[in-house]
Amino acid sequence: MNDSLLNILNSVVGTATPLVIAGLGETIIERAGVVNLALDGSLALAAMVGFVVALATSSVLVGVIAAMIVGALIALIIAAADIELKQDQVAVGFVLTLLAADVAQFLGQDYTRTPGPTLLSAPFPFLSDLPIVGKVFFDHDPFVYVSYILIFGTWYWLFRTRGGLAHRAIGERPAAAFARGTNVNRLRYLYCIIGGALVGLAGAAYSLAVKPGWSTPPVMRGDGWIALAIVIFGGWHPFRVVLGAYLFAGLRALSSAIQRSPDIQIPLVLLNGLPWLLMIVTLVLVSSGAIERLTRLLPRPLQRMTRSFLRSDPPAALGTRFEK
Amino acid sequence: MRDRIAVKLALNLLPIVISLALTTLLIVAVGSDPRAVLENSIEGVFRSTVTLAAVFNFWIPLALCSVGLVVTFTAGLWNIGVEGQMAMGALFASWAAQYLVLPSPLLIGVEIALAMLGGAAWAALVGVLKLRLGVHEIFGGVALNALASVLTIYLISGPWQPPEGGSAQATAPFPTDALLPPLSPDFPVNALALAIVAASVIGIALALRGTRWGLHLRATGKNPRSALLLGVPTTTSAMSALVVCGAIAGIAGAYRVLFTYASLRPLVTGGIGFLALLVVLLVGARAVWAALTALGFAVILGGSTRLKVALQLDQSLAGVLQGLIVLTVLLVNGFKARLLRDPGSEIAVPPAATIDISPAASSLTPSDSLDQGTSP
Repeated sequence: MNDSLLNILNSVVGTATPLVIAGLGETIIERAGVVNLALDGSLALAAMVGFVVALATSSVLVGVIAAMIVGALIALIIAAADIELKQDQVAVGFVLTLLAADVAQFLGQDYTRTPGPTLLSAPFPFLSDLPIVGKVFFDHDPFVYVSYILIFGTWYWLFRTRGGLAHRAIGERPAAAFARGTNVNRLRYLYCIIGGALVGLAGAAYSLAVKPGWSTPPVMRGDGWIALAIVIFGGWHPFRVVLGAYLFAGLRALSSAIQRSPDIQIPLVLLNGLPWLLMIVTLVLVSSGAIERLTRLLPRPLQRMTRSFLRSDPPAALGTRFEK
Repeated sequence: MRDRIAVKLALNLLPIVISLALTTLLIVAVGSDPRAVLENSIEGVFRSTVTLAAVFNFWIPLALCSVGLVVTFTAGLWNIGVEGQMAMGALFASWAAQYLVLPSPLLIGVEIALAMLGGAAWAALVGVLKLRLGVHEIFGGVALNALASVLTIYLISGPWQPPEGGSAQATAPFPTDALLPPLSPDFPVNALALAIVAASVIGIALALRGTRWGLHLRATGKNPRSALLLGVPTTTSAMSALVVCGAIAGIAGAYRVLFTYASLRPLVTGGIGFLALLVVLLVGARAVWAALTALGFAVILGGSTRLKVALQLDQSLAGVLQGLIVLTVLLVNGFKARLLRDPGSEIAVPPAATIDISPAASSLTPSDSLDQGTSP
């Protein structure tokens, strides 16, 4: 494998990381039965706050923590509005996504294109020496390494622990979980805060590592919506969500490679539409049952495997309010 | 009893007070003077008849989009794609303005008709994605918004770039014959557009109340499953709601290119479609109230136009205030219902009652939920 391909794959993993972390955060929230539609605005506000706080305190860590608090607060507002005030999750989430983006633009106006602290790439000891894998996965900024822990941690929690069982139960059958002694709403608060904090972390990953700094319009505009679609594409399963994020970043890298290539004459700007076209196509594939039909063409033993991997039913109680 | 009324009144004013207080806090946070912001905002609106007209020029497209969204919200649809539908209206009108040579009144008629077609077509795509292919209208809409914007930028920087070269800033100005004429130089607003707004508001309000179509839409929005069982063609109703909304939003887009800018430019919608969603979240599916609330939001927008020049403040302050108002109204409505333990006021909260898009309430088919899973 030549170096330029390795470099491209390396950058795909790097640029996918905010999507990975945001997707995992949203997966945690939606698995508990709550929709955080405010992802796009949350990423912007968290990125801005993370950057400005890091700049003011000269500490990246403090900036990251501030960004996580922002993400957690926004998710907390959605949860409280739903649980305590009986307001629609989607309505509140939508208002918050616009509001957070505007607040970010207003408060960040004096910091656009200001140079500031950045987390640099640091090869991971030992692992970065591995052939191919070392260069692609272990020559990155710390956000990427944290994302690996989050990927496996989220999967292990959801599918291999008792707590994870209760977590999924409040998203699937909250009444049944309640009957078995689970405090549904308290857990929903908890997972909204945790998931929201991850969304905030993803925002910080943009402004402190992937695209350092703050600008208007923010570089990640639209990515929150793409992350929401990736969660659906990923069938609310951490591994598939991550796969979706990497695929997406890969296709983005491909389209910018096409833009640079002199042989292919596609107007540059039209390629910017590619992620969105892709979003529609993938949602159609998972939503219309097309994938289901495709798997029937496979040999029988493979069918069961792929079907269990591609299963994409949403948490049954997603977006609904739980009242005793 | 009098206490209750007093509490209710206080609670109705509370959102405005909280929003203004928080906005003031943000202004102080960026080191500016709230009083100067207020003075400049008032001046931004009332300085002259021309600035007052600017408010109406925000209001016309905003009111149109809001009224269109009243239709889709009645049918229980989250038509977030209204932004893209507006952009496609602008795009179609721009094509006619650049390439058709007709007597002015006829040309304007064709432009508006094409704009309606463009908006309706883009809305129909949202409908097909949702109703045939199971993609939730929020995601279909967001993606189609982005695609409309990409298409606009492509046309401006490519086929429609001005002869002196493409700076991707705008197309060349459209010929005067293609533009909507102002009422007067002192009050540059277009009369035809005002008439269209009035007709849309009244027409939609009456159609939703008094026609079989309106009844079907309301039934589809309230409970699609029982509506379907009672013989309401829910799919057709939902589709018609989207198409009507798209057509009206298309006119809003046409107004931006045929009057406000006199050319097509990137971000031609200026976020007015999203703002219209906030308007409808605030008032629910009530056409007349939507138009009135839109006027309030247009005043805030008009007030913000001077901030950049006079105080070097970002205009997003208008969006901050508008967003805060809607958020606090939703939250305070929830408090109100809780505090007064009044079952009536919970029903009176328009957003919860009219646009509950929780999977169970908005589904048009049994398998329809936020992600449109393949099995029920």
